[in-house]
Amino acid sequence: MSGGVDSSTVAALLVRQGRSVVGLTMQLWNQRRMPELAPDGPTGRCCSIDDVYDARRVAEQIGIPYYVVNFEEQFEEHVVKPFVADYLAGRTPIPCTLCNNYIKFDRFLEMADSVGAWQIATGHYARVRYHAGSGRYQLLRAVDPAKDQTYFLFGLTQQQLARTLFPLGEMAKPAVRDMARGFDLAVAEKGDSQEICFVPNGDYAAFLSAYLKETGVEDPRTRGAIVTTDGRELGQHQGVHHFTVGQRRGLGIATGEPLYGISTDPATQRVTVGGSENLWCGKFFARDVNWVSIAAPEAPVHASVKIRNKHQAADATLHPTSQPGRIEVVFAEPQRAVTPGQGAVFYDGDLVLGGGWIE
Amino acid sequence: MQHSYFDHNATTPVAPEVLETLVACLGQVYGNASSIHHFGQAAKQRLEAARRQVAALIHADAAEVVFTSGGTEADNLAVLGAVHAAPGRDKHVITTAIEHPAVLAACAELEREAVAVTRVRVGSSGVVNPDDVRSALRPATVLISVMHANNELGTIQPIVEISRIAREATVPLHVDGVQALGKIPVDVNALGADLYSMSGHKLYAPKGVGALYVRKGTRLVARAFGGHQERERRPGTENVPGAVALGAAAELAGRNLAAESERLAALRDRFENAVLGRISGAGINGARWSRTPNTSNLYFEGLDGEALVIALDLRGFAVSTGAACSSGAIAPSHVLTAIGLGADRARASMRFSLGRTNTAAEVDGLADALEASVAHLRRISVHA
Repeated sequence: MSGGVDSSTVAALLVRQGRSVVGLTMQLWNQRRMPELAPDGPTGRCCSIDDVYDARRVAEQIGIPYYVVNFEEQFEEHVVKPFVADYLAGRTPIPCTLCNNYIKFDRFLEMADSVGAWQIATGHYARVRYHAGSGRYQLLRAVDPAKDQTYFLFGLTQQQLARTLFPLGEMAKPAVRDMARGFDLAVAEKGDSQEICFVPNGDYAAFLSAYLKETGVEDPRTRGAIVTTDGRELGQHQGVHHFTVGQRRGLGIATGEPLYGISTDPATQRVTVGGSENLWCGKFFARDVNWVSIAAPEAPVHASVKIRNKHQAADATLHPTSQPGRIEVVFAEPQRAVTPGQGAVFYDGDLVLGGGWIE
Repeated sequence: MQHSYFDHNATTPVAPEVLETLVACLGQVYGNASSIHHFGQAAKQRLEAARRQVAALIHADAAEVVFTSGGTEADNLAVLGAVHAAPGRDKHVITTAIEHPAVLAACAELEREAVAVTRVRVGSSGVVNPDDVRSALRPATVLISVMHANNELGTIQPIVEISRIAREATVPLHVDGVQALGKIPVDVNALGADLYSMSGHKLYAPKGVGALYVRKGTRLVARAFGGHQERERRPGTENVPGAVALGAAAELAGRNLAAESERLAALRDRFENAVLGRISGAGINGARWSRTPNTSNLYFEGLDGEALVIALDLRGFAVSTGAACSSGAIAPSHVLTAIGLGADRARASMRFSLGRTNTAAEVDGLADALEASVAHLRRISVHA
């Protein structure tokens, strides 16, 4: 229970269905750390005192036992540190997926076991169903395409899916809000959360600097040259973590033609920029692939592939490689800004076949 | 479901006798104790009677008792008020690593004012060595602050020995007595304390009232401003019903202290013997000797105390892992860390604190629930 309308509605719905429910809020990040990042105080974001207050109030309204559990250490180890390391290596990470893999469906499920709960339910927009033919639990897109969160759930294992309920997967967001109003929940009118929960105002570079300073890690030298695709040096940049593939604004250089971030080279800290035509890419490798709704294929598979959350999934063929867990994705049409560090999720219609990390 | 309460070091229920006195006072005594008229006088009389009751429990003079809003304010007033009252520019305070945050945070505030602070370490027993206090003394030392009993371990500190050291050095001694009052005999003269903090809600009185004993002649300046109440030490219109409740609770505690201590110690030992005999990989944190009779801090190897608290709560038993933070999440205990426990052992530790209403049947039920919960948690962690 994050204190938001989605997880609150899930809890109320399950109580209404007559299930025995225990509410848990995961305390993941101490918003009082690095106060320089949020001069207005730690409110309105994940794990803030206000959110815990809201979740507790909902638990009281619907009459369930409620606890706050502290996963701050695990969150820092499995989510924040890899997030920082990825940025410094010139990749663009998605911490929400790591959080789902290592915290929300791992530590959280352990806590469910501890308190004697058989299943966990969250406010994610996705669907799970058991497929008797293959004996697998399948993950499907949410009915509401605008809210679908399966892009962040590709790391779920069969054991996790077997015990997970996503009651909102069948509902559209307005219906969820209506239901929250129907239950008279105190959070029915609360706004949706947007940003990555531990990064205030979406300012990754500021977060990185503050985190490195606070943990006493020396700011690694990530400065280097900005060069064009045809080898011209345009100037120096302040660190590879300021760049994302496909980024146009904020490159810090003024030229006649519009320039985009094309790639970064972690070895030389060199950032390559170029015209938008350089952003189009027809294939890439994905590593650490997790197969969700199907077993690992031995032959090429057709799928539609999503390479970032807001990407329109595009037709592709997935070619197994000689290395386990490594797949070559070949698009039917080149796609814009294939970004190392992001997830690539493979769909067959609504079905999530699996996904991996873009190399 | 039947719920049993084993978290009396966090807070206690209001005793029925105290509740009766409190409600009657709230209903009848509404005068301002500083007013000249009949109504003010009635309030003042009740206030002073309560002060005598509190003083009697700790063998002090009534004029030495200052009512506060609770233990935290009493600790803050003692530490900040005594240090600010001390003459000189270079100042030094000695305290211990296992104090309550009400003392430790006040000391940290003093450090920001350029006061030097020594936090004496404690060993695995959770008991301060008086020699360490002696060696921490400096010419600039203006206050020694050591708790009487630790809130998490229940360990009783050697206040008599420390007060001798303080007296020889002519340094005032503050004792945070919040967790000792009502559990063990308190005689501020025998202890040699110059300042002694008390809290109502740990003594079967309501939240929002406490007291600070200030020995005659101890220099102390106020930390709040606006009135002459409480001998200029604590301004603000007196909380007469609160003080009256604290007085009633003090009298009740004094009357039953010896018998209740013995009963609680027997229950606590019954509980510990059952747990240590039936659950493997369990043990006591801190010294087994010299503890308050109601407190038991145990560890269960390999377990997550947070999960165990939740599992026990769902079975109807309220216990605690240690200090809770503002959002209600459980943070690692500075006390367990200070006595040298590693992160795993600290995480695997639980505090059980018994009180007046607990029975042998409840204690046996707790031991059974604990055995079942620990077995369950260990079973699932094998599969994980």
